[in-house]
Amino acid sequence: MTKSTDNAVTVRNVYKNYGSTEALRDLSLDFPRGQLTSLLGPSGCGKTTLLKIIAGLLPATSGEVLVNGEVVKAPGPDRAFVFQDFALMPWASVIRNVAFGLELRGMAKSEREGIAEKYINEVGLSGFEHSYPHELSGGMRQRVGLARALSVDAQVLLMDEPFSAVDEQTRRKFQEDLLGLVKNENKTFIFVTHSIEEAVYVSDQIAILLPRPSRVMEIIRPSGFRHKDVDSIRREPEYLDIVDRIWASLRSYVE
Amino acid sequence: MLAKHRANILKLISALVVFTAWEIAGRVPVSFAFPTFFESVSAFWALLIDGTMFKAYAETLKPLVIGILISAFFGIGIGLFVGLSRGFDWLVSPIFIVMQTAPLAALIPLLVMAYGIGLTSKVFVVCIMAMPVIVLNTGGAVRNTPANLIEMGEAFLGSRRQVIMKIILPAAFPIIFAGLRLGVSAGFIGAILSELKITPTGVGDIITYSRSIADYPSMYAAIASIIILAVLFLNVLERVENKLLQGSRKPSALD
Repeated sequence: MTKSTDNAVTVRNVYKNYGSTEALRDLSLDFPRGQLTSLLGPSGCGKTTLLKIIAGLLPATSGEVLVNGEVVKAPGPDRAFVFQDFALMPWASVIRNVAFGLELRGMAKSEREGIAEKYINEVGLSGFEHSYPHELSGGMRQRVGLARALSVDAQVLLMDEPFSAVDEQTRRKFQEDLLGLVKNENKTFIFVTHSIEEAVYVSDQIAILLPRPSRVMEIIRPSGFRHKDVDSIRREPEYLDIVDRIWASLRSYVE
Repeated sequence: MLAKHRANILKLISALVVFTAWEIAGRVPVSFAFPTFFESVSAFWALLIDGTMFKAYAETLKPLVIGILISAFFGIGIGLFVGLSRGFDWLVSPIFIVMQTAPLAALIPLLVMAYGIGLTSKVFVVCIMAMPVIVLNTGGAVRNTPANLIEMGEAFLGSRRQVIMKIILPAAFPIIFAGLRLGVSAGFIGAILSELKITPTGVGDIITYSRSIADYPSMYAAIASIIILAVLFLNVLERVENKLLQGSRKPSALD
């Protein structure tokens, strides 16, 4: 396989063992630049493990991950992470949490708060700059987590079940906003989810993972409705067909 | 507002119950060596007015303040390493657990043989009392830093030093402070113990001397003064803690 320029991230023959347990076996996957790829699968299929290996938070047992052609050894400025449980610092205000990635890079306070301000605005949290996380709802907290990841301006956004801890209505709003984000920000999104509907709704490419040990079963590229209005996607026949098809192939793995 | 008043009224009632019981016990009397509440209060005024109390505290506070400063500085420092390194934890924690459970009064003669009857021995006693709880609390708090926050720090490129200074220490801060408060109250006990067991100086001298001349009201006044001072000091510490935490956490039930 040659180095491909239109893939922002390439995972090549990655194995991950925890002791004698095989979590990932010979997993290879390409993530096209500027698109959103979902990692979908039943729980325990290693999707979060794969995401953390791409992030550089976990080492692979063997194999390699390339981001823009460079081998990943540790977290880097080209990737930013959105956590399932938000991972906000309870003692820090919204603006400090959002600017924290820049603070760790040593950027001056006024400069980083200017940038943070912009992204707080973008995720719809203006007016809450000086609130603390415990004063926000779950959905708002995840918006803070999203603004933090956006403000470091990484090319690749890694999202670990970002909407699983928020309520259904908020989740739908998030999904619509995410589509806007993929369209407007020229970033590559890698999105872990266990929701079939969510994956089909937001993804340019869906990688279906099977558990124990994890490998890619199928790659699906919903293309017919990507340009459609956010409101009509859920009524598209192709959307419904893909949801059904994925469920048909996954149901035997759900205990 | 009303709740605040209610708390104060209940505290006042609680104090009244204790003082009434004290007064009754003194009048019965339960022992010829047990003065009434009012006798003790007037003895307290007498000691305050003739300046005996102030001179005594100038003496007592010396080992107390030095001991607590040393315990806080080294206790938090050692506790940090205990929390960060398993090996260091196994190496050091047993020493502090032994220190915490050792019958200190029995060890004092050894300290006196090694360090004489001066300030050094007294400072040692304060440290032995105060340091273990500070070390063990700090260690526990540091060890229990939420893993997702540390991972967040690493994902956003924080160095080890930044993760410690900007995430681990602030996250551990409330429990470190709780340990500090416990350490301070233990330090008060240590300071008085050292004055009773090593050489009678300061408040320990008032207690020893009044007992020897059967001036029990003065003796109880001196003991009560320590308790009052300790409670006042702990209250001040709590205020400082709340000030430092600002609005970022819900206020504690303690006040």
